[in-house]
Amino acid sequence: MTDAMEPILQINHLSKRFGAVQASDDVSLTVLPGRLHALIGPNGAGKSTLISQISGFLMPDAGQIFLKGRDVTHLSAERRVHMGLGRSFQVSNLLLEWSARRNVMLAVQARRGGSFRFFKNVWKDAELRAAAEAALQKVGLQDRADIRAMELSHGERRQLEFACALALEPAILVLDEPMAGLGPEGTAEMTAFLEELKHSIPILLVEHDMDAVFRLADEISVLVYGRIIASGPPETIRQSVAVQEAYLGSSSDAA
Amino acid sequence: MTREFWVSVVVLVGLPVAAFIAHITGETYIINLLTRMIVLGLAGIGLNFALGYGGMVSFGHAAFFGLGAYVAGIAAFHAFDDSLIVSMPFELGGTNQMLLIWLIAIFLAAVLAFLIGLISLRTSGVYFIMITLAFAQMLYYFAISWPAYGGEDGLSIYLRNEFPGVQTDKAFSFFLLCFAILLLVLLLCWRFINARFGAALQGARMNALRLSSIGIAPFPVKLTAFVISAMIVALAGALYGELNGFVSPSNLSWHMSGELIIFVILGGVGRLVGPLIGAIVFVLLETYLGGLTDRWQFFLGLILLATVLFANGGIMGLIGGRTRHD
Repeated sequence: MTDAMEPILQINHLSKRFGAVQASDDVSLTVLPGRLHALIGPNGAGKSTLISQISGFLMPDAGQIFLKGRDVTHLSAERRVHMGLGRSFQVSNLLLEWSARRNVMLAVQARRGGSFRFFKNVWKDAELRAAAEAALQKVGLQDRADIRAMELSHGERRQLEFACALALEPAILVLDEPMAGLGPEGTAEMTAFLEELKHSIPILLVEHDMDAVFRLADEISVLVYGRIIASGPPETIRQSVAVQEAYLGSSSDAA
Repeated sequence: MTREFWVSVVVLVGLPVAAFIAHITGETYIINLLTRMIVLGLAGIGLNFALGYGGMVSFGHAAFFGLGAYVAGIAAFHAFDDSLIVSMPFELGGTNQMLLIWLIAIFLAAVLAFLIGLISLRTSGVYFIMITLAFAQMLYYFAISWPAYGGEDGLSIYLRNEFPGVQTDKAFSFFLLCFAILLLVLLLCWRFINARFGAALQGARMNALRLSSIGIAPFPVKLTAFVISAMIVALAGALYGELNGFVSPSNLSWHMSGELIIFVILGGVGRLVGPLIGAIVFVLLETYLGGLTDRWQFFLGLILLATVLFANGGIMGLIGGRTRHD
């Protein structure tokens, strides 16, 4: 790791408390360009809370979040998206009544602006359509463009979410368990996809599938009870006694 | 072209044809009935913009409808006896010019809707319904307790207000004027809904979290739609006052809000011309079934029940087919 590389995402001493529960306890981590940083931890460790804070749906009690060097701690979720923060959700989050193409077109529109344009027909907008087709192509969903999101399979919905996220031209992607519910084949495909993707877009990955994590990650942070108990390259994490005691040893899906 | 499009064309051609036939046969009553359908349909279309496309179930749109009606009534009242609406800090008299009245009604409705929306759109579901209802009822009781403009008794418009080049006191001319406005509003709504704004608005209805996560804040989009919706409903209210020659607090009551929702549900939620069909059916039932029995609303209830249970997209859904999203 060279000092010259400026982190895309940097989290400094983030803390969040819900009553007696310390959901985030002095969490610091960085995501560097071209890298995939994986965040693992047992259920209830505070991974989702951390993601909510990064994406701006929850305000931290203390600490800062920097996106491309700019302090975004107090910016709205929408502003962060415009600054390059893309994300996917644990549960599919799509406009189910709309076709795949329309879903992506709205994302392109969000990126290009103009949601307060009242007259020009949006569905015939060649610029939006072309950008949407390109994003669908990237995830291999171009043949399913006219299918309504509710009629897509679970795996295809995941792909569609990725198409929407990519249409936003993000500087970084925060992925919340993208492998969940995909099955072995889908997981393998998704892993290959992310392996390719991380070179162009750095990724913060929250994932339970340890095979995928250890294959993809350049760096792993282990979150337990809101605290990062270990952080480093995969080999270090695999060998860490603290991690094994706290997490890997007690988990059935340990690598 | 979709089947919904052709159904809409049939309705929009049928209305003026019917009015024309009534005009040459001298059936003024029928023309007024058709005008009533159009004006109420216009209000329904206005509500549908917020309710159908934006998912905002407002139970308080009578506030805007009554506001429009009262602007027409108050302006005419002062124009009639040449008195002043306010004398301090500036002098403002009445007017009998519809264009000016409409502009004022639309402007005031926009301001009111902005304020109501600013507060109520922070809630959703039942809370949104109750807050919008509360605001409308506030206006209702305000109108009742304001003796200067008739209080509970309402306010008469003795002479229908004027529009350049149109003999507004002639039933058929007034029908055509209202119909032209209806077409204009339909055209605007159609453009809005199929523009980038409409895409964002429908996205906000379906999944606000999705909208946020692609970087569009749902709140300003919904607030804008709420304001536009109120402006249309206020215009309809002003026309309604002119049509009846009378405005009253009942224009502001929750019954009115409920009727607007009935037009939308009956005709088709999120269908452009749906609320017009809803209003046509409503007025037909009210007039002809209401002539047979005072309990006509019992049958309206049955029809509404059947619509909700069996016809998801209202009457438009039934005859116009499913909405398509290519």
